[in-house]
Amino acid sequence: MKYKLPILVACSLASVSCFGQSGAGSTSFVGILLIVAALVAVFVLLLIADSIMRVEAKSQGLEDKEEQFSLMPSLASIFSKKKPDHLVGKPVHMLSAGHDIVLEGAPENKMLASDVTTYAVQPSNFRGIFPIPKLHVEVGDDVKAGDPLFYNKSTEHIKYVAPVSGEIVEINRGAKRSIAEVVILADKEQRFTELPALDYTKAERSELVAFLQTHGAWPLLRQRPYDIVADTEETPRDIFISTFDSAPAAPDSSFLIQGREKDFQAGINVLARLTDGKVYLGAKADEAVSSVFTDAQNAEVHFFGGSHPIGNVGTQIHHIKPIGRDGVVWTLGVQEVMTIGSLFTQRKYDASRVVAVTGPCVADAGYIKTYIGARVGDLIKGNLQEGCDNVRLISGDVLSGQEKSAEEYLNFHDDQVTVLEEGDSYELFGWLSPFAVKPSVSPMVPSSIFSDVALAPNTNTNGERRAFVITGQYEKVMPMDILLQHLMKATMANDIERMEGLGILEIIEEDVALPEFVCTSKMPLQEILRDGLDYMREQD
Amino acid sequence: MALIDLFKKIEPSKDKRLLHTAYDAVFTFAFAPNEVTKNGVHIRDAVDLKRTMFQVVIALQLCYLFGTYNIGHQHFKAIGMYPDLFQAFHLKLFYGLTKLLPLFIVTNVVGLGIEIFYAAKKGHSVEEGYLVTGALIPLIMPPDLPLWMLALSVAFAVILGKEAFGGTGMNIWNIALLSRVFVFFAYPLEISGDEVWVSGIESTKALSAVDYNWFHLNVLNPIFGWFGGSQFDTASRVLADGFTGATPLSLAYNGGWSAVTEHYSTSQMFWGTIPGSIGETSKPFILFGAIYLLVMRIGSWRIMLSMFIGAAICALLMNAWGVTPFMTVPWYYQFYMGSFFFAMAFMATDPVTAAGTSRGKLLYGFFIGFVGMIIRVINPAYPEGWMLSILLFNTFAPLFDHSVLQKNMAKRLKSA
Repeated sequence: MKYKLPILVACSLASVSCFGQSGAGSTSFVGILLIVAALVAVFVLLLIADSIMRVEAKSQGLEDKEEQFSLMPSLASIFSKKKPDHLVGKPVHMLSAGHDIVLEGAPENKMLASDVTTYAVQPSNFRGIFPIPKLHVEVGDDVKAGDPLFYNKSTEHIKYVAPVSGEIVEINRGAKRSIAEVVILADKEQRFTELPALDYTKAERSELVAFLQTHGAWPLLRQRPYDIVADTEETPRDIFISTFDSAPAAPDSSFLIQGREKDFQAGINVLARLTDGKVYLGAKADEAVSSVFTDAQNAEVHFFGGSHPIGNVGTQIHHIKPIGRDGVVWTLGVQEVMTIGSLFTQRKYDASRVVAVTGPCVADAGYIKTYIGARVGDLIKGNLQEGCDNVRLISGDVLSGQEKSAEEYLNFHDDQVTVLEEGDSYELFGWLSPFAVKPSVSPMVPSSIFSDVALAPNTNTNGERRAFVITGQYEKVMPMDILLQHLMKATMANDIERMEGLGILEIIEEDVALPEFVCTSKMPLQEILRDGLDYMREQD
Repeated sequence: MALIDLFKKIEPSKDKRLLHTAYDAVFTFAFAPNEVTKNGVHIRDAVDLKRTMFQVVIALQLCYLFGTYNIGHQHFKAIGMYPDLFQAFHLKLFYGLTKLLPLFIVTNVVGLGIEIFYAAKKGHSVEEGYLVTGALIPLIMPPDLPLWMLALSVAFAVILGKEAFGGTGMNIWNIALLSRVFVFFAYPLEISGDEVWVSGIESTKALSAVDYNWFHLNVLNPIFGWFGGSQFDTASRVLADGFTGATPLSLAYNGGWSAVTEHYSTSQMFWGTIPGSIGETSKPFILFGAIYLLVMRIGSWRIMLSMFIGAAICALLMNAWGVTPFMTVPWYYQFYMGSFFFAMAFMATDPVTAAGTSRGKLLYGFFIGFVGMIIRVINPAYPEGWMLSILLFNTFAPLFDHSVLQKNMAKRLKSA
């Protein structure tokens, strides 16, 4: 029975106050008590009837979906958001926890001129491989798009290929002789390695796997838990694709997919063959979504409504079919699915990406058609706002992206560049002023009450790091059944059983990015989580 | 920026740790630091611990104003002068200030001094937890408490209750309550009985005249005289007829609700013109502070609501049992007396010492309310229970969280 505690309270209040007032009672008071007692009795009767109905339904084998056999409306259905009418009959998840950060410089639906000439593949983008991969190429070599560049020594059959054709101009090394980037100067006219024809509807799964690995599409698949390059031995339980991004100033995938719908569907078809379970697509519930997503074949579409992080695939997995110790799942982005599809529809490795150029310091926020690993400086060339001198360039969004310099390259899985001002100046009574126009989830910063005002924040930490003090903050912005603060404490203490029990295997950095944003104590949650995930992976 | 250059000029070198830590505390009070984000989110919420703590201090200000005035008002009522609330406004206000300000200054100087010392020793910056503790401690002390006892209690609470565990965010027990509990156990006569809650009763009885010190006579009196108002009068005085200084709680213990209403009306108890700890008496001002904290989402509504329900249920059970006079006080009148609302709004909701999970908070608040009422009604030695109840359940808060965590973990591992 769900309502044990309220019944107990109601009964005790009603019965005991009878005794308590036995000396003082006026008739009206006794009357009120009798009415209360009668209401409680009716309530109890309803509950008993409700339970009997449910037991009957279960014994007849009928599933109690959405509490159809319940007399009482569940608290969740009263208090949560209403489902949109056009989605009746489809799986919809309306999530109340979360927060949308509205940034200036959200990308408008227009294409900007592209000035990108150099691209790079960065081994550090592929989690799980050794930092010094074995190279196939040297500086000065000419490569076609799809030619292998390097491989990881323990998984020789997985090739990491060039996104563009051209000349290898640099192979930069990082710390401890690791390879930081393999840089290619692109040709004006792109040349593609021609791939053998393979009918994915008829081929064996192992043939498909080998095909993907040899022709450079395997690194597109990311495996959870741990968010690593997919394991070649394990078949995933399911594959999840989030078809929209709810991060601040994120690109609109309905715009990105224009012209490449066939590749997307082909990619879904291939993925459906690679898993024993299903391919799940997460789509947005609130607005009109491209029919490529909603009517996709060989996939089950779930709709999500609410605020960020509904677009994070981790949140969607949690509500569709959570990850446990029962196997691995794979996740991909929309453009990565199109690349996989293009291997079969166009018989070439099509690493083209539509990258959103966004942020408060961008003069003209829009999209650029380019390839994987574009040079960040080229993407934003000539597009900075006046007055933005000291800027931070981010590959990805402001919450989970990585800081880049203008000479560095966009990360493999990212399709967004964000530019904002650095906040490295002192502010007089900055922590006190109620007039600050800064992003916040709290009414202590009154400007945050106006939730549709576009903000231009800087990178100031707005406070120093402290120990965990405030509780209950993370739960308000994390729509998952994970007690995050306790998980973080368990991670810092390296308590493996507790980490696993509290759900560390379900999340990766982007899932704790919004809680890290709201953290009053300025704790580095993503860093702590990554350390914990690496520690758990070692123990495995 | 001229001000910042001035600050930078007087910055002591990093070798002089103590001096540098103290400088850093003042500097970060004036200027938000210029650190930028690294390796994680790139933008951060505008709210940090300083801002949060400061909002709590703001929420307490009405209690401070009223409490200060009430010290003076109770004092003059005790000696039979100016019984009307707003009579001799200046005398009452300034009398209250001369009692409160030394308490406030000693609390903050001792506490912050110890914090700066430990921060210098550990090599990190002074953390803001003490802003709230230093604002709460004066409000829960009796007005005539000797300053050296206050200093000792603050030192005990901060060193043994906080720094020994690791500083802000690591303490198990509520620091303000630890300081009060130190005075309670070490110097019980100063904090129990009928005479300590009104300023000046004990000295008036001993001297047969009110004990005004040189500040009242040589600084304030001339100023008041210059403005033409009444002055502090050192003529022979005795206590007003029948004035005992008893708080409503001690009256209720002996004689039930009828004994309380003989001395105080419900309106007086509600508005707070009764003897008691400095900040605890005025219910509307405390509730205003509580609502402020709720609106700012700093105070947990779960703890406040469940504490109220727990206390109400226990009071109802006491009504049903009804063997002692105190138990017969109607359950809704129990909330008019004592420091329930202050404890609910400011002490129980301290996030560090309370339970961390949402369900845990409901249990935590409920038990504090329930057991606190038991301690209040049944305890013969001391008529109020919230301090002890909150400290008790601070000890058990991790256990409530543990049960919630175990449930979460079991559910996850079962489905795996």
